[in-house]
Amino acid sequence: MIVVGTGLAGAAAAASLGELGYNVKCFTFHDSPRRAHSIAAQGGINAAKNYQNDGDSIHRLFYDTVKGGDYRAREANVHRLAECSTDIIDQCVAQGVPFAREYGGLLENRSFGGVQVSRTFYARGQTGQQLLLGAYQALSRQIALGTVQMYNRHEMMDVVLVDGKARGIIARNLLTGELERHSAHCVIMATGGYGNVFYLSTNAMGCNVSAAWRAVKQGALMANPCFTQIHPTCIPVSGDYQSKLTLMSESLRNDGRIWVPKSKEDAAAIRSGKKKAIELKEEERDYFLERRYPAFGNLVPRDVASRAAKVACDEGFGVNATGLAVYLDFEAAIQRYGKQEANNQGNHTPDAATLRKPGEAKVAELYGNLFEMYEKITGDNPYKTPMMIYPAIHYTMGGLWVDYNLETNIPGLFALGECNFSDHGANRLGASALMQGLADGYFVIPYTVGIFLSNEIRTPKFNPDGPEFKATEKAVDDRLKALMNVKGNESVENFHRRLGRIMWDYCGMARNAEGLNKALGLIRELREEFHKNVFVPGSDRDFNPELEKAYRVADFMEMGELMVMDALNRNESCGGHFREEYTADNEAQRNDEEYAYVAAWEWTDTNTPPTLHKEPLKFENVELKTRSYK
Amino acid sequence: MSAMKLTLHIWRQRHANDTGTFETHVVDANEHMSFLEMLDVLNQTLIEQKKEPVAFEHDCREGICGACSMVINGRPHGPLGGTTACQLHMRHFQNGDHIWVEPFRAKAFPVIRDLVVDRGSFDRIIQAGGFVSVNTGAAVDGNTIPIEKDLASQSMDAAACIGCGACVAACPNGSAMLFTAAKASHLGLLPQGEVENARRVQAMVHQHDKEGFGRCSNTYACEAECPKEISVSNIARLNRWYLKSSLTSNV
Repeated sequence: MIVVGTGLAGAAAAASLGELGYNVKCFTFHDSPRRAHSIAAQGGINAAKNYQNDGDSIHRLFYDTVKGGDYRAREANVHRLAECSTDIIDQCVAQGVPFAREYGGLLENRSFGGVQVSRTFYARGQTGQQLLLGAYQALSRQIALGTVQMYNRHEMMDVVLVDGKARGIIARNLLTGELERHSAHCVIMATGGYGNVFYLSTNAMGCNVSAAWRAVKQGALMANPCFTQIHPTCIPVSGDYQSKLTLMSESLRNDGRIWVPKSKEDAAAIRSGKKKAIELKEEERDYFLERRYPAFGNLVPRDVASRAAKVACDEGFGVNATGLAVYLDFEAAIQRYGKQEANNQGNHTPDAATLRKPGEAKVAELYGNLFEMYEKITGDNPYKTPMMIYPAIHYTMGGLWVDYNLETNIPGLFALGECNFSDHGANRLGASALMQGLADGYFVIPYTVGIFLSNEIRTPKFNPDGPEFKATEKAVDDRLKALMNVKGNESVENFHRRLGRIMWDYCGMARNAEGLNKALGLIRELREEFHKNVFVPGSDRDFNPELEKAYRVADFMEMGELMVMDALNRNESCGGHFREEYTADNEAQRNDEEYAYVAAWEWTDTNTPPTLHKEPLKFENVELKTRSYK
Repeated sequence: MSAMKLTLHIWRQRHANDTGTFETHVVDANEHMSFLEMLDVLNQTLIEQKKEPVAFEHDCREGICGACSMVINGRPHGPLGGTTACQLHMRHFQNGDHIWVEPFRAKAFPVIRDLVVDRGSFDRIIQAGGFVSVNTGAAVDGNTIPIEKDLASQSMDAAACIGCGACVAACPNGSAMLFTAAKASHLGLLPQGEVENARRVQAMVHQHDKEGFGRCSNTYACEAECPKEISVSNIARLNRWYLKSSLTSNV
């Protein structure tokens, strides 16, 4: 079998399937499986262990995830995810993942947004790195044993269907540019999300939709593409040259308090540099999340926190030069931790200076690497002055439609992790992406792939020189040659930036029908221009990073259009999908009567309108309610 | 936002067997850009002139994936301690500076193009033994074995390695002992990894030597240049474990 991608889902799947004795070929476009973008996840991974005795349970994790996703996820998948969560922690500990520990030697937890229990396991601010290294090491072990054949610097260019079933891929060796045909009995994709359609996002530069989009072009359905997550705590945009945005982990909202000035005059003074944040007294600050959502405070889900920050900035309370930033303040946490530590040492009346040092030390223990990263990028010291943050594109809940077995509508083609749509509905809760990637890879696909393969026991090996393989390879080759032959005048990067701008302006944090309709036209025009005027240097049969970007951006241009169509179709506000026309009391208003379904789109080509297939969502264990965090 | 004009002397090399040479370019930058964004600006200009951009490796641009790998003014990842090239910002340079940019040079890291090198040797060191031999599904409850907080923390310090190869580029011997020792320490310090410690350190050190990395002669250059500030004490620990496992047997 073929596994494409070596992030948490792909590496975990390839390793586990290798252990089971399958012959696995595993592909990554990176130079090493360890570079997949799962590595950048910071805050943690959820599991319903109830180690803190705070009333957690599998049902509660299931419920929180369905509610957090604004009731647009499939119940059964989410419940399985919650069930698998506890095994993941055990597996990772056994692999040597150095999770945070308490003094007694047991595993430590912290809280995350949208949740009132403490169920997040973490390894400093590098949880994704440590979990990915665990999966990478398990994968490396299988590579050494010969059960997995690893193809680094190989990109999946297309999936090959034989009699309607996925039987292989066309891969491009990125070092030589040669196309290769690989056959298998089934293909498992774990190729990540499509956040980079926005150009500026917290995704790595290489993240792209191409593998998934190629599957769509072969008949796979793309589900809920308009469900994209805007993460509230990112470092704000600073200039046109900017290549990406940097996330500050949600875990910071455990201790960080989000605020803007109460008066517009103060906000204006701060923006022009006449006033500093620390000069504002407590009563001059508006801790707007604590004010609006007293039950969850700074730990409301990401979509809610992002929108509240946008509203504050739109109303003129933003605090950086562009007016698009709010404060994330750690002073209260430094004081609180400092006091605890002083008390611990028998000093019950510590002065401000005495408690500052231990307070900062505790904050450093919890978030040190994030504070360092912030200081490197902005030049400001967040121990002394509040961070400035603003929402940015971070994750995509939509993705390839899959059934309960994670199989797409193309038999033998599976999709795991962020590249499928199944678990997070319209909004993902923090620390749930790592959970889903590993659940899918370690504990779901090893079982469900057998259901497909059990009917294939007499199917002989597929010949990679067969006509289907040759035809698909030729189509890939033609596509690459066409891009090389445009020989226009504008760089791929420019086109990508322009696409991102359209997507962010009209299909970003707030959307309306007028803007979306406008975006459709703009995207189509831009796409036409791209295929007439893009310039790709070098050759297609050579190491050529510009060509890689070009074919990825070409796919983003189509995916972007589908996202806008999906956003137009969904006449409701839910989770990360906020339609300005559909609100009540300044909060998102769902329409369960008409839209409690998964929108699975069938796409043929740019000249044919895509066909919408609806999978009704049935809620048997959770009552549909208006999400409230107040 | 203050503008800067910089002169870059940047390494161009078509492939591993090409001799390669420095090429000079003047770039307009500003202090808020990251070093890689400054290279993006250079590449945009080259593309506009229908020339081939400078190939360099990068991905997350958050200092965690370990992809970026270049020597800036003679130092892997540049002048700032504990920082990857992607997290190095131009405010650490002056208007008018000349900056020399080269690939990570080592026998075990052949150049692919310009600043891109092949670090597959690191993967093979991990494949030799940088793992705990546990299959999926075979684990006991995560809290069954308590682990001392300090020990978990020391393990985490070593596990923070991003596998970028700066240690190798910094080392006069082209040794990857810091990389190898970081992985051995990460796993060997924990009870879960200690079980196969002897086998692991033997296999990883053997593979390290086989890949053509040099021997460690304690110059500590690796620690000084490591963007994650991994301590050389990990090398001392690996040496101790290696010696112990060489001198003892199960019989």
